[in-house]
Order: sequence, then structure tokens, then C-alpha cells
Amino acid sequence: MKDALGAPQSLLILGGTSEIALHTARKMVDERVRRVVLAGRPSEALDRAAEGLRRQGANVEVVAFDAAEPETHEKTIDGVFADGDIDVVLLAFGVLGDQESDEQDPVAAAKVAQVNYVGGVSAGLATVKALRRQGHGSLAVISSVAAERARKANFIYGSSKAGLDAFAQGLADKVHGTGVHVMVVRPGFVKTKMTEGMPDGPMATTPDVVADGIVKGLRKGSTTVWVPGQLRYVFSVLRHVPRPIFRKLPI
Amino acid sequence: MSDGPSADFFPAARRTALHGWGRTAPTVADVVTPMTREQVVGALRRRSERGVIARGLGRSYGDPAQNGGGLVLDMTALNRVLDADLEQGIVTAEAGVSLDRLIELFVPFGFFVPVTPGTRQVTVGGAIGADVHGKNHHADGSFCDHVLSMDLLLADGTVRTVTPEDDPELFWATAGGMGLTGIVLSAVIRMTPIETSLVSVDTDRTKDLDEIMALMAETDEKYRYTVAWLDCLAKGRNLGRSVLTCGEFARLDDLPARKRAKPLRFKSGSLVTVPDVIPGRLPNKFTMGLFNEMWYRKAPQHKVGQLQSISAFFHPLDAIQEWNRAYGKTGFLQYQFVMPFEREEALRKAVEKISAAGAPSSLTVLKRFGPGNRGYLSFPKPGWTLTLDFPTNTPGLARLLHELDELVLSNDGRLYLAKDSRMDPADMGRMYPRLEEFRTLRAKVDPDGVFVSDQARRLGLA
Ligand SMILES: Cc1cc2nc3c(=O)[nH]c(=O)nc-3n(C[C@H](O)[C@H](O)[C@H](O)COP(=O)(O)OP(=O)(O)OC[C@H]3O[C@@H](n4cnc5c(N)ncnc54)[C@H](O)[C@@H]3O)c2cc1C
Repeated sequence: MKDALGAPQSLLILGGTSEIALHTARKMVDERVRRVVLAGRPSEALDRAAEGLRRQGANVEVVAFDAAEPETHEKTIDGVFADGDIDVVLLAFGVLGDQESDEQDPVAAAKVAQVNYVGGVSAGLATVKALRRQGHGSLAVISSVAAERARKANFIYGSSKAGLDAFAQGLADKVHGTGVHVMVVRPGFVKTKMTEGMPDGPMATTPDVVADGIVKGLRKGSTTVWVPGQLRYVFSVLRHVPRPIFRKLPI
Repeated sequence: MSDGPSADFFPAARRTALHGWGRTAPTVADVVTPMTREQVVGALRRRSERGVIARGLGRSYGDPAQNGGGLVLDMTALNRVLDADLEQGIVTAEAGVSLDRLIELFVPFGFFVPVTPGTRQVTVGGAIGADVHGKNHHADGSFCDHVLSMDLLLADGTVRTVTPEDDPELFWATAGGMGLTGIVLSAVIRMTPIETSLVSVDTDRTKDLDEIMALMAETDEKYRYTVAWLDCLAKGRNLGRSVLTCGEFARLDDLPARKRAKPLRFKSGSLVTVPDVIPGRLPNKFTMGLFNEMWYRKAPQHKVGQLQSISAFFHPLDAIQEWNRAYGKTGFLQYQFVMPFEREEALRKAVEKISAAGAPSSLTVLKRFGPGNRGYLSFPKPGWTLTLDFPTNTPGLARLLHELDELVLSNDGRLYLAKDSRMDPADMGRMYPRLEEFRTLRAKVDPDGVFVSDQARRLGLA
């Protein structure tokens, strides 16, 4: 249960090796979170992440979860909730793909959409069903500023996040008043393993800063969180740049 | 034919967001308002696997009367007085009867409720659930010390009449058990005889904490009702300056001639309601600093034998309905701890910390507890109890309260469950050494965990 100051006690991470999610988890364990469930594809990295949080004092469970297999999502998520209430769920899985090569490989491109969007739809719905049953809780969906407007440099990834983002917004409106809170998180370019070797985007940020934004947003019950916050304004301008000009922008 | 609603009529559940008096951490539950005992039993049968909790008037600050995703039984429609012995002052009331109603009904007959919290807008069920205390704890103990028997609906759907003699374990697990052993349907209460409806009050203003503590230590034997209001923002020399009020119900002889004709006259009734549109920053360091200054100065330096009404002495806050709205959307929390006697240094440290943090508590109340009772989770034990109200958006509040927790724990103190909305579950067992016993008993009477609340989940009580 969340306490009067908005601090949650339990956390489920879908995409348990996500750096953003793990930074968020660490901050939350520092406060009041005691039970953490890391759901992800079984791997050494996942076990290491669990070990790290355990050392911090949390009770951590590891659950096998594959975003690319939507037919398994409900059962897995229900299993986690059956063991006790979950106050916050972070939907944190996602793949970046490789825009250049994926354009040449439609199946690989579809895989990006399959994980990011299709997986998000089924995991998001299964989560919200469970949260509604318990009458409280938050779902934070990690989207991306790339969802705001498709850019030629990464429109495969961007469009998958756009789908996820629109889905999460609709879901947030749908559950309003049921005790469930859905929040969309739109980080800009984040320096992580996923973006290693890539040149920093404008206003590049770190997982730690994004995690701060998530923790604060959850506490306030925000519907949308931009990290860094100025991106909200940058993108409200970018969204309205005429196509012929947008096309030529070096972004 | 029964006189109540017919058995086949069943009140519908409304899916509703509920929060406590502090207006924090709401959850959504199915709320049913049964009108009769039979309907309470019927509702219990219709529960889902998320269980059931009883709710009175929702005057607990946090989440003990909430049950996210499950069933909440609003007991306030079970509000009949079933029996009254006006010779002995023994009253049998349904659980949803408020103390307000009991006072209104019985003061004219010369009886007052044995224990009343700072508001009389609480139900008999809620008073038992939290085993509430009043300004007379040092003299009379807490509410359940005056309960002779209660009818308790158990998890298996049976109703048991529980008394401290026949069923001490279940009785004392229910006293202060926060609704987790069963649903109180009705209770038999021993009322306190009074000659008049007025309280004779002595007031003293003290310049600092030492003075108030010394003064209070002397008053235990002299007065039945004692409470100190403390200016928690005062610093330095003024640290802990307070206004002490001590009272006794006036005897007939104490009244001026013109009041002797109707010595038991009593008028309840509240005055103003706070609108629900406050932006959320009204009580802050500055407004509260001013308020405290004014409140302190307004009190007489020393005054004896002032006659006050029940409302003015016991329930000044009830004059403003829904005053919790004044804290705006983000809500507030109450922090109440007891620190054993002989730990005065720790109490002083706590007051220093609060004052140094400039945390704006509008209501800071200091009382002394006498011996506790056998309630497994009952809060009072011999010592000083300090109660503070903080807006949740007070900067640095989480850290301040965490430090206070440490101080309370390391001095054998504890926090009050009826006020708690944020304590660390790991501290619970350390503060309440009989928690394990409580769990064992509860596992016996409610093996499936039918009775459960948000607070029980948050603190792992059950
Ligand atoms: C202004 C103010 C001043 C206060 N001052 C004091 C004080 O001086 N001393 C003090 O002790 N407390 C004080 N309180 C707290 C208050 O007395 C308790 O929280 C009390 O329990 C509230 O009663 P309620 O009917 O509103 O119960 P609720 O808050 O609705 O419920 C409280 C608990 O009782 C249980 N419960 C309710 N009905 C039943 C039932 N029929 N059967 C079984 N369990 C039941 C609930 O499940 C819950 O766990 C104060 C509160 C306010 C708002």
C-alpha cells in the first residue's frame, strides 16, 4: 500500500533489466519499497539486478517474462499479484532495433513493433486488470519523446513507441476513477546500454534523472512526465513544424 | 414481520473511492450500508476474495477503514440504541451509533460517555476498533475499559457475545484490533454519571516545556480531564510553551443559581462547513506561526473554575465540519506517539526536532497516559503522548518523521494505529510486543483472513 506521503511498498518491473527501471527501483527501495518483482527473460543480468536490490534490503523475486509472447502475459502478471498487492508497475521493456538494417529486414522491423507495442498492449491490459481488482495502484509506461513525431532517423522504433504512448493515454483515461493511475513517461535521449556508441542526442539525460522524474510523477499522480522537463516545450514546437522543414531537420 | 427493512431487500454495493480523515492514499472498494444485523451477515457472505472491513465515521486519519478492491461495510446505519438502564447508566448501542448521539441522548439523564476522543463524530464500533482514549486516560483508562460486552460477527458468519470475563482473548484482541477480528454489531457500555452538563475548567499558561511537564505531573490526581495545547513552532526559551486545561464535570453546587434549574441542558450541533476548494497551502509555517502565537496569547495566564460546555471543552474542533478540507487536496497526517515516563529527555528532543524543522502542526496536544489495558494492540501505556497534525506537503516531512520514529522506537515508545498512515511495517512488532499473540489469535478466529484493511496490508498486521 502507498503511505500518506505517496511512498509505495511494492514494485513490479516488466523488463527487469531496464536501466531506467532499476534506477527507479533503487530510489524506491531507499524509501519504503520492500517487495520488488523483476520480470524479464531469464538471464545473468536479471539475476545480478535482483542480487543488487537484495543487498539494498529488498525482498526480490525474479519471474520469467517475455514481452514478445503476449499470450503468457496475463498468467504471469496474475501470478505476481496473487502473492500480494503491487503498488507500482513499471512497464519498462523495449528494444531500439537498428533503423538502417531493419528497413532492409521487415521481419526484424516487425519484431521491434511486436515487443514495444504489441507486448505493451497485452502487458498493460493485464496489469490494469489486476490493479483494478485490488482497487489501487499505478502503472508507469515508459514511452519516449520519439513517440511524439516520427523522425526519418528512427521511425520504426518511434512509431512503435507512438502506438504504446497512445495506448497508455487511452488506458489512463479509461481507468480514471477506478483507483488505478496510469502515467506516461517520455524520456529524451537516455545514455544507457541500449544507446551505447550512439552520439548523444540533444538534451541527453541519464537513467538516474529519468528515475527521479518517475518517482516524483508517481507521487504527484501525474499523467505525463517528460525528462528533461523542457522537452515538453521543445516537442510542442517540433510537433507543429511543417513537414517539408521537419524532413530537413538534422534530428 | 420485522419492523426493519425486509430480509429480501438488500442494499446495493457502490464502488467508491475511500480515504481517511487525512484525505491521503485513497483506494476504491465496494461499499455497502447495511440497515440491520441480518444485512451485515448477508453482506459478509457476499464478500469477494479481497475480504471485508467495517467502517464507522471514517475519523481515523489513515487507511484502517479502507479495503481496496474488497468490501467495506459502512456501519453508520446501524444507529439504534437498543437498551438503556438509567439507574445504572448502562447503555446497549448498535455499532454505528455515534458518541455524539450518545451524548445528546444521555446527558439530559445525567450520563456522559466514559471516554471521548477530541471529536465526538466517531462510532461505538470505531471507538472499540481503536480503543480510543480521551483527556481522562490517567483516571479512567480507554474506551474498552468501559465496555461490558459486545456482539461480534465472526468470519464464519456466527455472532458471539464477547465479554472480558467469558472470552478475554477475543475481547482484548478486538479492543484496539482495528476491525480485524470481526464486526462489532452492538456493545454494552458503562456510562459516567454527571450532575451537570458543564465542565469546571482551570487554565494555565506555561512558558516552556519544563514548566508544562512539571505542572502536568502534579495534576494527575487532582483532575479527571487534562490536556495541554503546545506551540510546536516556538523556539529557544519558549520551546514547548503550552496552555494547560484541566477539568471536572461541575457539581450542581458549582453552578450559578440561574443555571441550576436545568443543569443537564445540552445542545449539540455544528456551525460551519469548510468548502472543498482550498488550494492546498493554507496551513503553513507562517500561518501556523501566527495562529499559535494568537492562541497562546489568548489563553489566560491562570484561571480557575471557568464553566465551559461539553462542546467547548471536549470537542472544540467539531464546531467546524469537515475542517480536514482546509488542508486542500494533498491532505495531512497525524503523528501521535507515546513515550514512557522517565523518558522526558526523548520527549524534549522530539519537540526540539519539530520546532527546528519548523513543521507547522496546527494541533499539537500533550497528554499523560495512565496504565494501559490488556488490549493486544491497544495504544495507551504509561507515559507522555504527543499528537501533531502535519500537511503532507510540508517540506522535509518524511525525513523528520523518520527521525521521530527512531526516537520513539529507541525509547520504548509507540505510534497510534488510529492515526498512523505511514509507519515502517518493520517497526510495528517492536512497538507492539503482543503483535504475534494478536496474529495467533486472529488466525484462530479468522483463518482465511476475511477481515482485512488497507492498513492491515500496509503494516502486515494480520
Ligand atoms: C479531530 C479528531 C480528534 C481525534 N482525537 C482522538 C483522541 O483524542 N483520542 C483517540 O483515541 N482518537 C482520536 N481520534 C481518532 C478517532 O477517535 C479514531 O480514529 C476512531 O476509531 C474513529 O472512529 P470511527 O467511527 O470514525 O471509525 P473509523 O475511522 O471508520 O474506523 C476505525 C477502525 O475501527 C474499525 N471499526 C469501525 N467500526 C467497526 C465495527 N462496527 N466493528 C469492528 N470494527 C470497526 C475500522 O475497521 C477501523 O479499523 C481523533 C480523530 C479526529 C478526526
